[in-house]
Amino acid sequence: MSDNEEMITDINVSIVHKYNFTAGASTTRFLFQLKKGVLTGQRCPSCSNVYCPPKGACASCGVATEDEVALSNKATIESFTIVAIPIPNNPIKPPFIVANLIPDGANISLTHLLSECVNEEVYKGQRVQAVWKPEQEWGHDMGNIRYYKPLDEPDVPLDMIGKLPVEGLGG
Amino acid sequence: MRDIAIVAYSQTDCVRSAGAANEVELIMPQLSAVFDQAGLSNSQDVDFVCSGSCDYLQGAAFAFVAGVDALGAVPPIKESHVEMDAAWALCESILKIRMGHADSALVYGFGLSSPGELPIVLSQQLDPYYLAPQWIDTISLAAMQARMMLDQGLITERDMAEVVARSRANALNNPHAQLAADVSVDNLLEQELFVSPLRKHDCSPISDGAGAMVIATVDQAKEWGKPYVLISGIDHCIETHNLGMRDLTDSVSTRKAAKMAGMANGKVDVAELYAPFSHQEIILTRALGLGDETSINPSGGVLAGNLMMTSGLSRIGEVFNRIISGEAQRGIAHATSGPCLQHNLVTVLEGV
Repeated sequence: MSDNEEMITDINVSIVHKYNFTAGASTTRFLFQLKKGVLTGQRCPSCSNVYCPPKGACASCGVATEDEVALSNKATIESFTIVAIPIPNNPIKPPFIVANLIPDGANISLTHLLSECVNEEVYKGQRVQAVWKPEQEWGHDMGNIRYYKPLDEPDVPLDMIGKLPVEGLGG
Repeated sequence: MRDIAIVAYSQTDCVRSAGAANEVELIMPQLSAVFDQAGLSNSQDVDFVCSGSCDYLQGAAFAFVAGVDALGAVPPIKESHVEMDAAWALCESILKIRMGHADSALVYGFGLSSPGELPIVLSQQLDPYYLAPQWIDTISLAAMQARMMLDQGLITERDMAEVVARSRANALNNPHAQLAADVSVDNLLEQELFVSPLRKHDCSPISDGAGAMVIATVDQAKEWGKPYVLISGIDHCIETHNLGMRDLTDSVSTRKAAKMAGMANGKVDVAELYAPFSHQEIILTRALGLGDETSINPSGGVLAGNLMMTSGLSRIGEVFNRIISGEAQRGIAHATSGPCLQHNLVTVLEGV
């Protein structure tokens, strides 16, 4: 390379692929229910754990989860974090809370946002409820639930989190 | 060195589209099938698990990780993955067993090729600076290879059509085949050209599906008390990325892999060759020096159905099935990867 030539440090090659993405048979059923405003899970025939969102298999047992169950709009906080820095391309302004929530009737958590709360006063075992978008905006999308908000109900003891029936703590 | 055997094999049918099924839904029935065959309950009963797949095919990042949901990995298991055909996952598993780190292994592969444009997707496996940006698809490269062979008088279009006619006829006896028919060579030659000199039937179809296999040391296989087939040799060899530096009319790497795997140590009753294009079966047959005593692609080969990332394992499974059924005593299975037969693996299987 002669001295007056610049070194090539990068080339620009755009890669565009088109796909007809498939969510999977079980996730598809979940998304259709979600469009109707119903949160569903699937029960493992082996260990009886209910998963939401379901992926068609129990990851622990490695067996298909065919049994579909409707879950409550109420949930319990299993863990959470307060996001203090802006996430690129995320329209939500910090600080906001991302939480692992276990809907009543399910045994494994799903991740969603928490709002209408004092961030510093959120805790494990706290009861929360889904706030859905207006029905005309529902799609095949987890975003149908805008966020969860605190619910005025007795706390769930730590060793009971993830073990509540669909009827809730008293059920 | 510890002798290693195949104990079980199962695969899906080759279908043009698996519909809504995701990777877990595709894999799980095959895992159940091989566990049943081997008398095992789940992946906790084997020492090692290795899979082969490529997320580019279905356009879902980390699909190979999602696939682990099918395994029952609680408590944790020893698991690995190759971004290659599952035949190479078998290769890794064999090394694991030979090193004494495992006595048994589950190998599986899956491919959802229908969601994307497979020949274009595969262009991205080419050299990333000069070839991949040109989007040269696999069919065009194979067509160029076939053209070289025709021009040099190494094959005729009739030779290629004969490969296809035999594949379609053999596939009539293969319940997993996607394309099977009783067709004449003359009829095939009347079909219009697709990517010259290839006609559509010279190219393997696009297929979705999955396959799984259980292997173990011979001692372990005897303990399980199931019929088994010995893997007496396996090796692979790769050629340069630079197509211009290769002799595309020959497959030096296949010949070398076969030699290292010990193919010549006995009679070859059956050979399953992973030839995605008709002329490539001729290249492979010649490179391996296979003659009339060998039945070539009795399943119909991948021209009858091509489960990307599983077809190589499927070739091994086909030979396994034929030895178990007593149809053959000794056979070889070939797997390929990359454009124009760039990377080749040969497995030698023997009945006991």
